[in-house]
Amino acid sequence: MAQRRAPLEYNRMWQMRLWLFGVFFFLYAPLVALVAFSFNNSKRNTVWRGFTFDYYVKLFNDQDLLIAFANSLTIALLATLISLVIGALAAVLLWRYRFIGRTVVEGTFMLPLVVPEICMGVAMLLFFTRVLPWPNDLPWPLSLGSIIIAHVSFCFPFVALVVGARLASFNKEQDEAARDLGANDWQAFRDVLLPHIKPALIAGGLLAFTLSLDDFVITFFTSGPDTITFPVKVYSMLRFSVTPEVNAASTMLILLTIVLMILMMVMQSRGQKKG
Amino acid sequence: MATRTQERRLAFLATALPPIAWVVVFFLAPLAIVWAYSFGQNAGLTEVDISGTFANYTRALQPLYLGIFAKSIFVAGLTTLLCLIIGFPVALSIVFASEKWRAWMLLLIMLPFWTNLLIRTYALIAVLRTEGYVNFTLEWLWDNASWFMTLVGLQPLGDFTPLQLLYSNFAVVVGLVYVHLPFMVLPLYAALDRLDRSLIEASLDLGAGHLRTLWSIVVPLALPGIISGIIITFVPALGAYLTPDLLGGPDSQMIANVIERQFKKANDWPFGAALSFLLMYATFAAIALRAYYSRGSAAPGHGI
Repeated sequence: MAQRRAPLEYNRMWQMRLWLFGVFFFLYAPLVALVAFSFNNSKRNTVWRGFTFDYYVKLFNDQDLLIAFANSLTIALLATLISLVIGALAAVLLWRYRFIGRTVVEGTFMLPLVVPEICMGVAMLLFFTRVLPWPNDLPWPLSLGSIIIAHVSFCFPFVALVVGARLASFNKEQDEAARDLGANDWQAFRDVLLPHIKPALIAGGLLAFTLSLDDFVITFFTSGPDTITFPVKVYSMLRFSVTPEVNAASTMLILLTIVLMILMMVMQSRGQKKG
Repeated sequence: MATRTQERRLAFLATALPPIAWVVVFFLAPLAIVWAYSFGQNAGLTEVDISGTFANYTRALQPLYLGIFAKSIFVAGLTTLLCLIIGFPVALSIVFASEKWRAWMLLLIMLPFWTNLLIRTYALIAVLRTEGYVNFTLEWLWDNASWFMTLVGLQPLGDFTPLQLLYSNFAVVVGLVYVHLPFMVLPLYAALDRLDRSLIEASLDLGAGHLRTLWSIVVPLALPGIISGIIITFVPALGAYLTPDLLGGPDSQMIANVIERQFKKANDWPFGAALSFLLMYATFAAIALRAYYSRGSAAPGHGI
């Protein structure tokens, strides 16, 4: 006689366990295989031929790939900083002020979340070739400007959402108390509101950084021959051929994503404990 | 006191201007240009004459492009359905897991979500191609079956011909499900987590079976979340570019691929612009549907 289950213990049903195993296998097996074959000592990554770091060594000697990686990190960093300012201001604006057209403004801020990536990419392509042609001969970080702008446009709503959620838990009386005690708008913002939304800023910043680092479609339309990012470079590599080098490059990016995600969760749980 | 009002007004402007200016200049303006271009026509190699013509839209309504639209909607719909079927038990299981397991399972669902889309699609190429893991597994099974057949005195099965899984519509759907599963599981989880468990227990106590309880208690109560999940999955799947580009064959083009071609290869920007806006209208229609349904759930009397 099998052990009797309590009515809601679906997780002890073998069917459920099998299903979960299948789903997680489906989600992870391809990624695990990809990582494993980045260490495979063979040009064709089909059969295991022993362990090697060769492809990582190759990776670190591949000038183009390193430049693309540096570009990606720079873009993500700058886009995150700008997104934080724009996104936090957008959240504070919607939270604090009642003004004519507020719902329209709110809807417009959230629009980048729903516009299909391809449409946004196309729009950025048109904008940066016909309206604001981005000069080709700018010095390095400035040459990435068009990509950074495009990234901010789809990253800042995420920051605004995270900060907005945090603001909802803010006690407005604290703000009023600060003002009663003589603080002006700026001082009240800096000393009362900013410390409160700090965890949201960190979480939102990490979110924006990850999104920017991962973006392919929009960057594909805004990057030029001298402004290749890491995903765009990987795309051209794998269009060309499927080699363990692509696996190694992908593994590096997966690793970076995991680190960023752990950071994000640590920050979030710390913020929850404080709040 | 006038300075105080002035200061407040200044603070408002300092808060309002940067985000509004950004969204107008670097988001609405680019979209407006696409919209304007969709009413234009090519006049020379790089010149586009915005003449107010509807020719691009009439062309988009030709059977060829309508077919691609219909196909994109079908593929995105199938993806959404598969995600719902695969994801629902997973969401249910996360809700009923112990607190420690729940955190881990959510993490396991989110991690692929944060992993680069390009990398995940690339990982599937190695799984599905003719020299991929699926075909290796099948070949192994085939050989063993063949060996077993000879063992019991039957004809062997002959040589294994690998299945052409990659570069097909099948691969596109598998890829889209792979990529979009978290989009479905997370809203489902959020909806099921809010559910009052005593209702489920009551239904079971009163003699309904698990399936009946699921169908007549859990699903109706979680319906707003289910619809949310359906639309959150459907919208990005409809506009997918990378998955059909890398996993699809010549007959698995989706609408985003056609748009990309107009801009990068065919150099017909006005037509591409018209297609972009048609895709955008379809997306907005789906989102309006979601708003309509979630409004119904917020009405009094539902959430008690």
